[in-house]
Amino acid sequence: MSDKKEFDRDSISNTLIVAIGLSLVCSIIVSSAAIVLKPVQARNEDLFRKQIILDVAGLMEPGADVDALFASIDTRTVDLASGTYADGADMEATVAIPDDLDSAGIAQRAASIDVYLVTENGRVNQVILPVYGKGLWSTMLGYLSVAPDGNTIKGLRFYSHAETPGLGDQMDKESWRAQVDGKKIYGDEGEPVIRVIKGLVPQGVTGTEHMLDGLAGATLTGNGITGLVQYWTGSHGFGPYLANFREGNTDE
Amino acid sequence: MSEARTVLIDPLVDNNPVTLQMLGICSALAVTTSLLPALLMCVALTSVAALAGAAISALRHRIPNNIRIIVHMTIIASLVILVDQLLKAYAFETSKQLSVFVGLIITNCIVLGRAEAFAMKNGVVMSFIDGLGNGLGYSIILIAVATLRELFGAGTLLGYPVFELTSNGGWYVANGLMLLPPSAFFIIGLLIWGIRTWRKQQVEKPEYQIHEVHRTEVF
Repeated sequence: MSDKKEFDRDSISNTLIVAIGLSLVCSIIVSSAAIVLKPVQARNEDLFRKQIILDVAGLMEPGADVDALFASIDTRTVDLASGTYADGADMEATVAIPDDLDSAGIAQRAASIDVYLVTENGRVNQVILPVYGKGLWSTMLGYLSVAPDGNTIKGLRFYSHAETPGLGDQMDKESWRAQVDGKKIYGDEGEPVIRVIKGLVPQGVTGTEHMLDGLAGATLTGNGITGLVQYWTGSHGFGPYLANFREGNTDE
Repeated sequence: MSEARTVLIDPLVDNNPVTLQMLGICSALAVTTSLLPALLMCVALTSVAALAGAAISALRHRIPNNIRIIVHMTIIASLVILVDQLLKAYAFETSKQLSVFVGLIITNCIVLGRAEAFAMKNGVVMSFIDGLGNGLGYSIILIAVATLRELFGAGTLLGYPVFELTSNGGWYVANGLMLLPPSAFFIIGLLIWGIRTWRKQQVEKPEYQIHEVHRTEVF
């Protein structure tokens, strides 16, 4: 035995003191870090979203001031059912999606959704629609840019997904994103027929304007993209809005 | 000095947490598809391992035995959340790629293993150095694996093209397997083989010696 009495660290009182004291100290550290860093993180999220929108619009330049560029974009709220602008609508209201229309696999959507209008020389030259749906592993969230004809795609870019690294995430690659430009959404019957095929889009056959390059090794991710683009451009998605947008009568 | 040096240098090769102790393999598979997230993961893990070692060592005479693992976990988890929050604030793009794996440092066997095996018995400074050394040992393997995987899987390093890919008109056909988790197993396995060929003392004694059977014994 040592000459002075050993501190008994296994006593109930010490156990309680350590447990409570440590929990308090740790929770204070963690919560203060969360509070202090919150504005920086929120700003990052916001900047990232704006950057993606600008990128889809083809306005993003390296090193450019995202906020300044984004200021030129007009944010409007669209009521999806009527396809008209409904600024100030209740953004919390949701609509259930009938199973047979739910090619995006999302079960419900908001009744009104914000879209982004890009104007050039005083004329709207594209509208950017938020799109999302089930990929292979989780929900893919992105933006789809459509030309004033309401039919031609100008860009498609995902900002959040969990597809297989190296396979499914090929959709983030420059080369895949570039080939989307100029593709047509709607077929002769006015239904969305744009789809991701298997393999590269062949040359010299008809209908290639509705085909997107396949993602080698990621067929299910490709199917997910097909499903979500077809849902969001379809009659239950932005279909009515795009029809109005084409005719230029989107205002009530 | 020499003791601190040993504590720092030993885990780099001779007592490497990944290749000798086979710890932390899970994250080594997950975050090594490209070099940048792997580097960030190394910084995150090394700082957590070092700081957790120091904190646990500082409290080691006070921590009751029966709740010591919970105390370790609490300290480690707090540090990991702190690191995760910092990454989200200051390395946003890469932190998106690391996704859950920063959070999973909490359950990383290296951090908890060093806390239990070293920090509970040694001083604050030594425990800090020990955490640092083990973090660096983990980092060396991660960086080696990530370099190989990104180079041969995508033809790039840190996103900069090294091998011109055929899809961009170059000569290199990207090896998709390198981007999938199994390739990390292969590479770590080959690394372990290489290290054990170089450092023979790391080769474990076989648990069973295959006994040569002579004819005379059979009959």
